[in-house]
Amino acid sequence: MKRGRISIKSKCQTFSSHEERAKRRKSGASGFTSIPGHPGRSLEDWGNLPHHVVLQIFQHLSLVDRARASSVCRRWNDVFHIPDLWRRFEFELNQPATSYLRSTHPDLIQQIIKKHAQHLQYVSFKVDSCTESAEAACDILSQLVNCTIKTLGLISTARPSFMDVSQSHFASALTVVFVNSKSLSSIKINDTPVDDPSLKVLVANNSDTLKLLKMSSCPHVSPAGILCVADQCHGLRELALNYHLLSDELLLALSSEKHVHLEHLRIDVVSENPGQTHFHSIKRSSWEALVRHSPKVNIVMYFFLYEEEFEPFFREETPVTHLYFGRAVSKEMLGRIGLNCPRLVELVVCANGLEPLDEELIRIAERCKSLTAIGLGECEVTCSGFVEFVKMCGGRLTQLSIMEEVLIPDSSYNMEQIHSEVSKHLGRMWFPDMMPTW
Amino acid sequence: MAQTNSIHWFRKGLRLHDNPALLEAVRGADTLRCVYFLDPWFAGSSNLGINSWRFLLQCLEDLDASLRKLNSRLFIIRRQPANIFPRFFKEWNISRLTFECDSEPFGKERDAAIRKLASEAGLEVFVRISHTLYDLDKIIELNGGHPPLTYKRFQTLVSSMHPPDPPVEPLTQANMETCITPITKEGQKDKYSVPLLEELGFDTEGLGPAVWPGGETEALARIERQLGPDVSTAWQVNFEHPLLNSSPLLPSPLGLSPYLRFGCLSCHLFYRKLAELYNKVKHGSPPISLYDKLLWREFFYTAATNNPRFDKMEGNPICIRIPWDKNPEALAKWAEAKTGFPWIDAIMTQLRQEGWIHHLARHAVACFLTRGDLWISWEEGMKVFEELLLDADWSVNAGSWMCHSYSSFFQQFFHCYCPVGAGRRIDPNGDYIRRYLPVLRDFPAKYIYDPWNAPEEVQHSAHCVVGQDYPKPMVNHTEASWLNIERMRQIYQQLSRYRGLSLLAAVPSGPFEDLNVNGCRAVVLPVTSKKQRGTNGHHGHRQTKEQAGPSGLKLRPGPNGHTSSIEHGGMTNKEACHFESIQEFVVPQHPGTS
Repeated sequence: MKRGRISIKSKCQTFSSHEERAKRRKSGASGFTSIPGHPGRSLEDWGNLPHHVVLQIFQHLSLVDRARASSVCRRWNDVFHIPDLWRRFEFELNQPATSYLRSTHPDLIQQIIKKHAQHLQYVSFKVDSCTESAEAACDILSQLVNCTIKTLGLISTARPSFMDVSQSHFASALTVVFVNSKSLSSIKINDTPVDDPSLKVLVANNSDTLKLLKMSSCPHVSPAGILCVADQCHGLRELALNYHLLSDELLLALSSEKHVHLEHLRIDVVSENPGQTHFHSIKRSSWEALVRHSPKVNIVMYFFLYEEEFEPFFREETPVTHLYFGRAVSKEMLGRIGLNCPRLVELVVCANGLEPLDEELIRIAERCKSLTAIGLGECEVTCSGFVEFVKMCGGRLTQLSIMEEVLIPDSSYNMEQIHSEVSKHLGRMWFPDMMPTW
Repeated sequence: MAQTNSIHWFRKGLRLHDNPALLEAVRGADTLRCVYFLDPWFAGSSNLGINSWRFLLQCLEDLDASLRKLNSRLFIIRRQPANIFPRFFKEWNISRLTFECDSEPFGKERDAAIRKLASEAGLEVFVRISHTLYDLDKIIELNGGHPPLTYKRFQTLVSSMHPPDPPVEPLTQANMETCITPITKEGQKDKYSVPLLEELGFDTEGLGPAVWPGGETEALARIERQLGPDVSTAWQVNFEHPLLNSSPLLPSPLGLSPYLRFGCLSCHLFYRKLAELYNKVKHGSPPISLYDKLLWREFFYTAATNNPRFDKMEGNPICIRIPWDKNPEALAKWAEAKTGFPWIDAIMTQLRQEGWIHHLARHAVACFLTRGDLWISWEEGMKVFEELLLDADWSVNAGSWMCHSYSSFFQQFFHCYCPVGAGRRIDPNGDYIRRYLPVLRDFPAKYIYDPWNAPEEVQHSAHCVVGQDYPKPMVNHTEASWLNIERMRQIYQQLSRYRGLSLLAAVPSGPFEDLNVNGCRAVVLPVTSKKQRGTNGHHGHRQTKEQAGPSGLKLRPGPNGHTSSIEHGGMTNKEACHFESIQEFVVPQHPGTS
């Protein structure tokens, strides 16, 4: 690489420390250890530090600092190009009109594609809400032909802009990576127009290596498409998807003998219009098969539903471990959770009606013996009910995040007393969460 | 003996009561001149909206009137202080300059320049702290040289300090003794009089009466009312959850925040009155939380005092960099009350018309603009509040916006206010909406928070068709909040390096108090054992080549020599190497080479 290929203009002042040291060295005042009895004879020199030492140092530096350092001398410049330093790269693609953050410089992108594409193993793309950014990401993907990428992440930092890219453009870009990198192990493509044919290509080329697949909010994938992945990729350990892709067949495929233990399953349950989405239910036997095969599996469910849509959920025992309710959830639903979710570890309730949730919480404390984390937003619990809940759970509650206005003072406890009472049962200092009054 | 001629320079602290610097001005002095600088050229182009200017001018009128009762007056100087002070020092033969301490970075810089001018002119300068309860530098010193980053920590610190000084006596004829103000023409309008809004270039046509009249007299009347016969109302206003109706959302004759901002009301006086109120209602010595309202203000003043970039995301060492959207159209809809969510639009209408909104209303619109729905930078919201909100102190405004957008001060981020449900919980009948959005007045309560869900015939009989007479909702809240919580989770997980599944554990808490904010020292934050359990227990399969030793967020000096604390990519390459995990994609942020 020619110096200055990565723009190093006006960075001279940052070299001053190196230059000063260089001068000092020339004038004999070396910072390096001299051999005892041989004053002035340097054992080492910055310029001929062993390769692996420079490499070690470079690994601590940001790309910009490495680029600066690489223009110090030829040896350092050589190290700059060592493949080890180019294993991971995050492409940031933003437009000035839609983002406050800077983009990866186009020259650098070109340089990586030309010189370091074959070194890349962990690649991610962060794009802002502009379609152009997502398209630029697809253009780069299409050029990653001589690669052995292991992890690929497509991340929309604001709006899901990959969804605005034409499906064919996106699919062909993704296919390039799927076909060329034959040892992909983790893929994070949430909020993208990935489709069944692309997944087929993924399976055809990477079925032995795939361990993680995150594809929440990918509307072009069908239950059959994801089933094909589960059927073929026996090493899959983590999977994230929307509820409409979840089926009894999928759970059974993940529980087949050939399949490794599943570790994480994340399911997003979302409806866009009240009453317009009907949710199917999953058989108890399918859940049981999954937990029998993978006894330690974490099942995470994010709910963004209207109250009336909760009907099909938790009617029977469900092995969910983490539950997040982003919208109002009914008292009745919370009651069912206490009855049917014995593996529950974390529960977050963002909102509920105006009736206190005392009974439901106490039942959860009673039945969900693994519960260690709870967060309550816009809902109500009486102070006594809350203290009772905490007393039953005790020290196992490692995360207890309760908005201050959730707790309704009653005849037994006011807000001052509740802090000390809860702290006592937890065995550590505890306060409710509070927002500034402004 | 030579004459002592004083100038008291008013900026904030527009009051005669509890004004220690003003008392310094008259102590043993022969003459006193009270000045206020107002640059008319600046007025039109400033960020303050018409309500704030009106409030300010009313404060100045009131101050002038009170001073005239003491045979003095207020001199409004239509110039910049640095340009004009040296002339006055000479012309009026000034030997003493007094003013209230301004703790905010811009004010400190301005005051340092004037102090220098005054010292060079041979004046004695007295600066007194009275806009805040405490000497903020002392709080910072007590916390090891950096401001506390959580409110709990702040409470602990101030609890260990001496209680704030009681208010000093007001300026009266008695304590002025023989000190006089040389006035040439009495009671007439002259070049030093308080200007009218029109003179500042504002169009006052159609401007309704002030819902919040400015001035010390009004402020003192309000605080007396708080302790008047209706103690229970005062108690409720100050300490209790809002009841289920619209009344707390409406401007209250007991509201004090705008008066604190301009210093028409001393925070020391308010502090003492709160204690008295507590005593009347509850008896006994009050807990520290009694003063929450005042202490939050103090907390933000402390956090901002040494941070000139406190109101920015970039280069602000305590602000998390969140990849907000730039979206001027969406921002304008929010600011102009055209979001299509009646709860949000009613609040923004009240804000624009009257200059004050309840704190729950602030939470709602701040959440909606930033983390909840629109994913627009808090800086944009802060600027709109700066223009419209009467009580928008620079520090408190920026601090609250950072807090509510989850950009700093490490709040839990799991919860976002629903722009439909949250309002309905407070005011189920929708009276508040009917008041500020008359177009929706005839909607039944059932649909007033989500009129787009009302059947057509309901819309017609309410004389308001959504999409014609009132906008359709600009976002799908469910979808937006779902996306945004996920974005927030990604950011916080990178920050805390917590890799487990628990949403709640992703927010760093307690240990962040050790964070060295302004220094350049790298700090490794310990992570509690349970988080590590999460890391190891749940992810045993991960191909981590080596586990990070004491896993924690490592801070590096940023571009400005500050600790670039929490840029969500501030990780070094090596740290990122610990994450050769197949599970997440924590990749060092490439800082760009442009």
